[in-house]
Amino acid sequence: MKRELPLLLTAIIGLFMILSFFVPNHLVSVPADFLQQCAVIMVAFGYVLGGANALQANLESIARRQQDWPYKIVLVVSLVGTVAIGIAEGRQWQDSDRISMFLYNQVYSPMQGTMFALLAFYIASAAFRAFRIRTVEAGLLAVAALIVMLGRVPVGDAATNWLPEPLHLGVMQDWIMNVPQNAAKRAILIGAAMGVMATGLRVILGIERSYLGGGD
Amino acid sequence: MNVSHDLGIWVAALLTLFVFSFLYKDNPLYKFAEHLFVGVSAGYYIVLNFWTVVMPNLIDPLVRTFTGVDPVTHAKVVQVGGPFAGSIGDYRAWFLIPGILGVLLFVRLIGRGEWLSRWPLAVIIGVYAGLKTTGFAHGDLVAQVQASLQPLWTGDLWTSFNAIVFTVGLVTSLLFFFYSREHKGALGVAARTGIVFLMVSFGAGYGYTVMSRLSLLIGRFQFLIEDWLGIK
Repeated sequence: MKRELPLLLTAIIGLFMILSFFVPNHLVSVPADFLQQCAVIMVAFGYVLGGANALQANLESIARRQQDWPYKIVLVVSLVGTVAIGIAEGRQWQDSDRISMFLYNQVYSPMQGTMFALLAFYIASAAFRAFRIRTVEAGLLAVAALIVMLGRVPVGDAATNWLPEPLHLGVMQDWIMNVPQNAAKRAILIGAAMGVMATGLRVILGIERSYLGGGD
Repeated sequence: MNVSHDLGIWVAALLTLFVFSFLYKDNPLYKFAEHLFVGVSAGYYIVLNFWTVVMPNLIDPLVRTFTGVDPVTHAKVVQVGGPFAGSIGDYRAWFLIPGILGVLLFVRLIGRGEWLSRWPLAVIIGVYAGLKTTGFAHGDLVAQVQASLQPLWTGDLWTSFNAIVFTVGLVTSLLFFFYSREHKGALGVAARTGIVFLMVSFGAGYGYTVMSRLSLLIGRFQFLIEDWLGIK
């Protein structure tokens, strides 16, 4: 019963949410809207659970003096500190003069930007491996990538200014993005949408139940 | 050169350099920045969810229902129909249910009675499975197919050519993902044409990603050179 009842609950709620799409009556739409609000609230609790889980795992590592434990103190202190400050600052925590916003603007935001910027270097070494042209398909990938990269910077256009307009790198990259890239992207999106629908139905019908985790 | 005297700029600049130090090798400064980033980002999203979801959608309605006072304006609130009346956007005491279920999520941290946390998960998964099944069908599948159905002859040679290339690309790319039959004969030709479009798409996507990362990199260098060191 510890697994069957949650499965039944998922099936009933899932089918009810599907029903609410097709039946625009307040007897269905009010509970459906309430259930949606409940899910939003519980997902927010999930964020707190994630933080608590990270705290638990890192405190254990610190207690056992595992590898890199001093850095885990930094993680624990910054997590607890950010939460404590954010809660203590009240509803105006997002005002520009608050410590929470200092943490966001001067700590979180620059590091996030730099972490992603760091990928520019690694993506370059990945490109070296990926672009070793051995097949026609790899050649197409390399040529499309080069045209898009060069076509998006002024130097690319400047270098091809002497050619007829359709052969300007900027124009070519626009065409690649709007026509062949768009066609394949749409095909992937259509496939993904069908995949999501199939997965949703599998979950509702109880075929997919990995979200319940292990145990009895 | 006019080095900044702003504490915030110095903090951001030093943390930026700490992260960039990973390009040399994994080192204590990078590890410090990495752990600080994880802690601050996790903490930030907890606070964000607390003030933008839990407070306005759960705690405020419950306070309003049980005390009759609005927690934000402190004005008296008259609620007709009692605490368990419900209409779109006003569920009053019914919010005790997600509150209790939300707390049950934390049981999995204790170990014993872990199965209780399956109840809130069942609600979350049920709601989103139902919503996404119809949502993706309506918003993605139908919308994408509808947007792709375009006239192949428009009167203009270039736009007609583009429409034909687009339609051939879409159909053949979709056929490439059809695995119920072996890719032989006409299906094989279509699937191979699909691969051409997919490879061009992946290449273009790759180039686009590289440029966005480079743009971020330029942004970080601009910050270090202009905002921190004051070189203009």
